[in-house]
Amino acid sequence: MTTEAGLAGPAAGTINAETAETLGRKLDAIFLPLAALVVGMLIFSIFLLFLGKSPIEFFQIVYKAGFGTSFSWTNTLARAAPLLLAALCVALPARLGLVIIGGEGAIVLGGVAAGAVAMLAPGLPGFLGIILMGLAAALVGGAWIGGIGALRHLRGVNETISSLLMAYIAIALMNHLVEGPLRDPASLNKPSTAPLPDAWRIGEIPGVGVHWGLAVGIIGCVLCWLLIERTTWGFAARIVGGNVKAAQIQGLPAGLLMIGFTALGGAFAGLAGMFEVAAVHGSANASLAAGYGYTGILIAFLARHNGLAIIPAAIVFAGFEASSGLIQRRLDLPDATILVLEGIVFITILLSDALQDKVSIVKLMKGARA
Amino acid sequence: MTTDIGLWGVPLAILGGAIRVSTPFIFVSVGEALTERSGRVNLGLEGTLVFGAMSGYAIAYQTNSAWIGLLAAAFFGMLFGLFHGWICKLPKVNDIALGIALMIFGSGLAFFFGKPYIQPVAPHLPAISLGWWSDVPQVQAALRVNVLFIAGIALAIAASWMLKNTKVGLTIRVAGDSADAARALGIDVNNVRLWSTAAGGALAGIGGAYLSLYYPGSWNEEISSGQGLMAVALVIFARWSPINCAYASLLFGGAGALGPALQSVGVTQGYYLFYAAPYVLTLGLLIATSSTTRAMTSAPGELSITK
Repeated sequence: MTTEAGLAGPAAGTINAETAETLGRKLDAIFLPLAALVVGMLIFSIFLLFLGKSPIEFFQIVYKAGFGTSFSWTNTLARAAPLLLAALCVALPARLGLVIIGGEGAIVLGGVAAGAVAMLAPGLPGFLGIILMGLAAALVGGAWIGGIGALRHLRGVNETISSLLMAYIAIALMNHLVEGPLRDPASLNKPSTAPLPDAWRIGEIPGVGVHWGLAVGIIGCVLCWLLIERTTWGFAARIVGGNVKAAQIQGLPAGLLMIGFTALGGAFAGLAGMFEVAAVHGSANASLAAGYGYTGILIAFLARHNGLAIIPAAIVFAGFEASSGLIQRRLDLPDATILVLEGIVFITILLSDALQDKVSIVKLMKGARA
Repeated sequence: MTTDIGLWGVPLAILGGAIRVSTPFIFVSVGEALTERSGRVNLGLEGTLVFGAMSGYAIAYQTNSAWIGLLAAAFFGMLFGLFHGWICKLPKVNDIALGIALMIFGSGLAFFFGKPYIQPVAPHLPAISLGWWSDVPQVQAALRVNVLFIAGIALAIAASWMLKNTKVGLTIRVAGDSADAARALGIDVNNVRLWSTAAGGALAGIGGAYLSLYYPGSWNEEISSGQGLMAVALVIFARWSPINCAYASLLFGGAGALGPALQSVGVTQGYYLFYAAPYVLTLGLLIATSSTTRAMTSAPGELSITK
């Protein structure tokens, strides 16, 4: 490639061609996932047409209920908060080549940990209580997912399967704790931990109308991006993700990185559970298993495990999920409609990986100059 | 003879439960064993299982025949398998990630189309009473065996024999152990994997139909509690042998029956913890049988999940 440019012009042309190629690669990284999202929505539209429903009406409702008014934005962003944190639980290990799909387990146990802390020491002042809840949730979530990374490193246990098994175990553990040892006797219909003291409840970000979990989620995404793209640890992690054996020959601590990155991802997911308890539900109960962990997988893959890209991806899917109720009422479609859309988009995202080398701006540029 | 058998009810209920609960595991794990022997992993069987449960139930209700429902579930399962195999033919597609996508897609479609079938009652698959020799109702209940259980055991034996002794079996094993060797023999590796995945999908569909058409015997959105995924873990534990898959399935079925069996004799403490027993057992076996230092014994060489 460079030789061709070099033949055509002076040395300056070579440099230009190289910067253009870097730019092209960056554009590709944005263009391909976007194209996958659009193609996924088109296929979903055909699916709706077959059912005699109007795709135009569908997306109008999504726009209206998810992004149309300031009220719908508030709703969407409140749903985006746990999704941002759940996606980090997938994206961070993914940079090391680990596919963790059990973030739901860390969310659920993080929430229970927060509820348990509130029952142990309800007399503490609010800010201290919130810090304690956050620490407990991050520790429990981090240990839960970090344990999966450790099993992978020490015993070679496949992390995809073990993480999902552990999500089922976590949900069973939550049900046991919430209906047994941690149950508030006053919670009759829906077994829950005791309601959080009022001072421990996490409020809204002033002027935004969404709880602080959103800010923590966005900060988490930016920090993870910095960690992966701008630090030595992140660089080492990306090398491990490329080739574990090569990384070990280079003396990189692959095992420590695996455990550290999975634990960090789990800590974020645990925090998602804490915010659901402290800012949304007010106590820990079965509502914690709301499927955020699973939508987080899709968001992380759409964002290609890039922390900054997770932010818009999470907002898009939060908007879809926020519009689910209105879609059910207006179009008389079941609540699983959004799940079908998510499944189709997931498949088109993976297909876009296959087309990476065929449909590409870099290649177009090369073709234009050749 | 008195029918009060006291605590003997627990092992009996576990035996009966093991037979009832293990059947879907047998079908899904034998199917996944075939797929993995060809060198590919289909994690999407969880979604296939759920869709099989829904489509089997819906078609059985519409046609008033559980057997037509079962066939339909196998057919749709095969379509999901073909879809997985077809996309995996493309370069750079990660079979594990695609499996997760199909897990979401299959469950989503099943919930989408299954909404109207949550209420109606569809015909059930028949069972055979093998406990006629006993007067004890608990023994009779434990030995009421569904036809599919027997079919599943036969299938596991047949699949093991097929892999070992037939040309098709050898082709699948070569494709799974070394794609290069297979190509040298003129085998179309992608095609072998496509049809192995299709067969695995069809069997997972049957496993799903068993759930909705026999035990628990109705369609709802919580019908699968991860059986499709546990079966994938079980294949690793069974060392990719279909017969071992059947044994392992019985073990898992027994673990799954532990909670309800204890509940039937009045033990209600820690119900949810007993409910988690199969997952804990799966995880424990996975930890015990995995290894970092040596390649797993008899693991297909091309398998992404053990690399």
